[in-house]
Amino acid sequence: MEQPDERARFEETIMPHLDAAYNLARWLTRNEHDAQDVVQDAFLRAFKYFGGFHGGNSRSWLLSIVRNTAYTWLQKNRKQELATVSDEEMHDIEDTSSNPEVLLLNNSDRQEIRRAVEQLPVEFREVMILRELEGMSYKEIAEMADVPIGTVMSRLARARKQLQQSLGQRLQPGVSQ
Amino acid sequence: MNCQEIETLKHAYADRELDLVRTTEIEHHLSDCRACSQAYANIRALGSALQSADLYFQAPVQLKRRIRASLPNEATSSPTRPFDWWQWLKWGIPVAGTALIAFLLATGLTRPSTDERLTQEVTASHVRSLMAAHLTDVASSDQHTVKPWFAGKIDFAPPVKDLAAQGFPLVGGRLDYLQDRQVAALIYQRQKHLVNVFIWPAPRSSNTTEKSAVRQGYNLIHWNGSGMTFWAVSDLNVAELLEFVELIK
Repeated sequence: MEQPDERARFEETIMPHLDAAYNLARWLTRNEHDAQDVVQDAFLRAFKYFGGFHGGNSRSWLLSIVRNTAYTWLQKNRKQELATVSDEEMHDIEDTSSNPEVLLLNNSDRQEIRRAVEQLPVEFREVMILRELEGMSYKEIAEMADVPIGTVMSRLARARKQLQQSLGQRLQPGVSQ
Repeated sequence: MNCQEIETLKHAYADRELDLVRTTEIEHHLSDCRACSQAYANIRALGSALQSADLYFQAPVQLKRRIRASLPNEATSSPTRPFDWWQWLKWGIPVAGTALIAFLLATGLTRPSTDERLTQEVTASHVRSLMAAHLTDVASSDQHTVKPWFAGKIDFAPPVKDLAAQGFPLVGGRLDYLQDRQVAALIYQRQKHLVNVFIWPAPRSSNTTEKSAVRQGYNLIHWNGSGMTFWAVSDLNVAELLEFVELIK
């Protein structure tokens, strides 16, 4: 029986990414309890398939399982949220009204930003979280979401554009030279 | 490049995902076009707003317990087994962990916060160098241009190697400031990834093996050799960065 070794190895390589797993699930489900269920389910799956994991980036490996689990969950429970976005290029030029350099955020700004991110379509939200919070490269995100790198780039561009639109008045110019 | 072509690409530029050629083209365009440089500033502003908005959700404490309890090992452990692995594990891990920590402390592998501060400082320098247009003070892929450039600016001669043949062309050099002293920074490139190597004379002359760390998504590798201390930082994956470090040494 290799179970104990396996479990120790799992504990060592996978458990440290619990926060990343929870953060992603929390942003995808937008709910604390659902996120916990998804993460628990994902960890069970990860443990089951752990024998097939031979090194490499353990965080990416775990996060793709979390992502799949979350999508399966959304498919089952909140199908309407999965209306897919089209990945066409955008052509309109962004507005150039504000000139923000330094941002002073208060609590309500933070809540506003959180809400704005939550309102993004799930495909956009996911690339924003993986890029901005996990600092993953386009390539890593592309592999995880199984889309071309160009799609990751255009989704990020559109997600940011949407955030800029909904946060317009929050991104007021601060001190600029 | 025109405004339309740059529309999506400037996001990749902001995320430092572009190769040097594209980066230069975009920088050219941004310096000429008010509308695009404004839009780029807005992207950066949004990024810093997201960074300072505390968006990261920490896992609740009980979730870890819940997961551990649900993993199959515990459920299947039975008292009839000749040797109860779960019991062994339950005590074995903390005991082994404590022993390991004691060992690490004794052997000085985990150093106190000065190392951590330096790690942060090096990461920040790397990030700063990628922002703005201040990656290099001397831009050249020729080691015989870069090495003499440092002479007279710093009181040591950093080893500069030409690794183009191995897939890590030299991009240039820069003066930087770490730990209250001037240091040499060499910039190499691997496809779209940039590597900063910070070099300054080692306080002790002993060579050390590589230690690695991850900060803000960047990989860092640190070692001492030939009287110098080295820090390599990049968004390259660890395997490739290690390969690079082997070449540098």
